[in-house]
Amino acid sequence: MRYRPGQRVRVAARPHEGHHRTPGYVKGKIGSVHRVHGPFTNPETRAYGTDGLPKQPLYLVGFAQHDVWPDYRGQGDDRIYVDLFEHWLDEAE
Amino acid sequence: MERGVHDRGGSPTDAPIDRTEHELADWELLTDALVRALDRRDLVNVDELRRGIESMPRGEYERASYYERWLYSVETILTEKGVLARGELDARLGA
Repeated sequence: MRYRPGQRVRVAARPHEGHHRTPGYVKGKIGSVHRVHGPFTNPETRAYGTDGLPKQPLYLVGFAQHDVWPDYRGQGDDRIYVDLFEHWLDEAE
Repeated sequence: MERGVHDRGGSPTDAPIDRTEHELADWELLTDALVRALDRRDLVNVDELRRGIESMPRGEYERASYYERWLYSVETILTEKGVLARGELDARLGA
């Protein structure tokens, strides 16, 4: 597990044709690791008839709502949490 | 960036969200049971099921109900794997 809780990460904005579980609305956004879920089978390969191994590290990442939605009108400290695999994350300053 | 038909979080819409509940029809309950049986037999896993749903043409995806999407995907995946012959279901249904 490369990241630990509290660490700031940026979600890769790369295009990805096939099945993946990273929602478009967080691609390119910066959040912070809220929880380390541990290793899980990789849906990006398991969706195509394989066993999804090796397992990939999965994290719960929190984002400020106003960072995700430019015209967000809720409370300033509202957050949204998304499960993201490690290979979609880069360290952010 | 091009988004899949299913990847719609944050998409603008003026349509109200339909929050009404409805009784599940028998075919919907059977579809749920079928998918769970196929998973247990290692024929269709949840990631394949989702991939099959996401591969639906946009128009069909929009028209289909929740369990209609499941059925579409089951047919797609089982046909890929040769469990179903291409067109087998349509032939049996006389379509």
